[in-house]
Amino acid sequence: MKRVYVNEKWCLGCHLCEYNCAYANVGGINMYLSLKDKKISPNVRIEEKDNITYAVACRHCSDPICLKSCIAGAISQEDGVIKINKDKCVGCHTCILVCPYGVLHLTDNGVMQKCELCTNNGSKTPACVKGCPNNAIVFMEK
Amino acid sequence: MNYQYAEFEVVRNDDRCIRCRVCERQCANEVHKLVETKKGNFMISDETKCVDCHRCVSLCPTRALKIVKSDLTFRKNDNWHESNIKEIYKQAETGGVLLSSMGNPENFPVYFDKILINASQVTNPSIDPLREPMETKVSLGKRNHGIKRDKDGKIVPQKYPSLELNLPIMFSAMSYGSISYNAHESLARAARELGTYYNTGEGGLHQDFYKYGKNTIVQVASGRFGVFEDYLETGSAIEIKMGQGAKPGIGGHLPGEKITEDVSKTRMIPVGSDAISPAPHHDIYSIEDLRQLVFSLKEATNYKKPIIVKVAAVHNISAIASGIARSGADIIAIDGFRGGTGAAPTRIRDNVGIPIELALASVDSRLREEGIRDNVSLVVGGSIRSSADIVKAIALGADAVYIATSALIALGCHLCRTCQAGKCNWGIATQVPELVKRLNPDIGSKKLVNLLTAWNREIKELMGGMGINSIEALRGNRLMLRGVGLTQKELDILGIKHAGE
Repeated sequence: MKRVYVNEKWCLGCHLCEYNCAYANVGGINMYLSLKDKKISPNVRIEEKDNITYAVACRHCSDPICLKSCIAGAISQEDGVIKINKDKCVGCHTCILVCPYGVLHLTDNGVMQKCELCTNNGSKTPACVKGCPNNAIVFMEK
Repeated sequence: MNYQYAEFEVVRNDDRCIRCRVCERQCANEVHKLVETKKGNFMISDETKCVDCHRCVSLCPTRALKIVKSDLTFRKNDNWHESNIKEIYKQAETGGVLLSSMGNPENFPVYFDKILINASQVTNPSIDPLREPMETKVSLGKRNHGIKRDKDGKIVPQKYPSLELNLPIMFSAMSYGSISYNAHESLARAARELGTYYNTGEGGLHQDFYKYGKNTIVQVASGRFGVFEDYLETGSAIEIKMGQGAKPGIGGHLPGEKITEDVSKTRMIPVGSDAISPAPHHDIYSIEDLRQLVFSLKEATNYKKPIIVKVAAVHNISAIASGIARSGADIIAIDGFRGGTGAAPTRIRDNVGIPIELALASVDSRLREEGIRDNVSLVVGGSIRSSADIVKAIALGADAVYIATSALIALGCHLCRTCQAGKCNWGIATQVPELVKRLNPDIGSKKLVNLLTAWNREIKELMGGMGINSIEALRGNRLMLRGVGLTQKELDILGIKHAGE
């Protein structure tokens, strides 16, 4: 299955992926109307220290530990893509605790959100991949 | 008091700015900055540092930025131009020689823009390159003077060392040091894919790029940096650099801070030491001396590789070229006065040398008159901006062209002309690791391949229109050119007629 992979060698730490992700998931006519003066909550986030920068998003593990740990049965796997049903999520944070990559985030209304490879917002290619200026984030079979 | 005013203004549409700080993170000149105040977060900019490279403009996701030229004016004066005044302020401040990069931007005539190309109508058929074969392959090197036969009348093949190009375009010399590792890799990979050549410049060849040797021209310049047996053996041709269009008559100086570990290994000089290329080759004071170097290099490589001699276009270029054609060199490369550079004294860049169009026409005519045109191939460079320039250059007598500035533009260069600062925001003219990584050779080589493929298509279209189906038939075909708005003297030198004639 096609997944999002990040090549640290080419990541510039520009954080554009975060904004493209946030915009893709908020939607709207254009980015500034959607994101101006808002705190963004993207599913891909840049980890950085010194000169090393790296975009981190869900790996869509073939054997997802978050799914197994979810007490509410809110996490499911469809065609390999791991999804969250926000109506079922009870906000217990267990998935955050078990995820070895730290890719699940809390939304403002107390439930979890995660990368669903933009299958939930109608984009064919994930927004982070499409907007990366240096091909550091790629969408491919590996 | 500092009289250096900002040359540009950063215009930010605050309605659009979402404070993502991409501009701040991506500007190596530290123009943009986010300030957090009780009233909110603001983006501020220090315009004095802006070089107008457009990195921030290109990456801004909401198109909130533009850079405009400051309209701050000095009192109008047709003698003392703004640039004269500003440069005097700068020199009065620093006491230094003014440095510039890339090609001469001054308002000299561009002859390519005053030459028009012919097309077939009625009496001779044009050719449709999509339906009929069209040859853009070029072979560079010495050509046979005549056919030799043995005593049984069979033809004796005479094959001189040559370069085989799929299209009449090569990437000209840019050293590793003046441009980045990733820029070099992009050029090398594109050259391999296109079936043409790139040129190491005088900085030696990085060990990772030996695998591209079949598509590499290695350069031997006055500093002789990185020259050793494997280097000469690896390249497909060896270029002796006598001069460069941007700075004829002077050498080069790569400052110590650009001599990183890798560059030092490749150039074979200590880390942090200035790489100084002398103005002349200290062993070349005549054509006879040049001949010795040509033949030393041929001897060292078993006469298998063509030798290129690169010179800047200067006043007596045709006599110089005539000498080179007799020195044993296989290819002459001529670099016009608009050729680019990573750093040159401004006065030299802007005032020394002559236009490539005139140099090319006079060299080609002179070599033909003397009957030695077949001794050498002619490659010209120095601001080849489009496929039309290439067709005009070939019709004026060139065998192929060298491009560099246009290749860098394809890689993202915005011609901000501050390469000498070493902080190229596009990852091209820099050795700073965080900046170098901004140029991903996967993207870079693809763009170069796209550019040259597009140009090659256009060359075929233009040739087809003239009813010509090979570069060979276009070369030196000056009847296909007409001048507009040129004096009789200029037309005579170019060897073309005026439009309407």
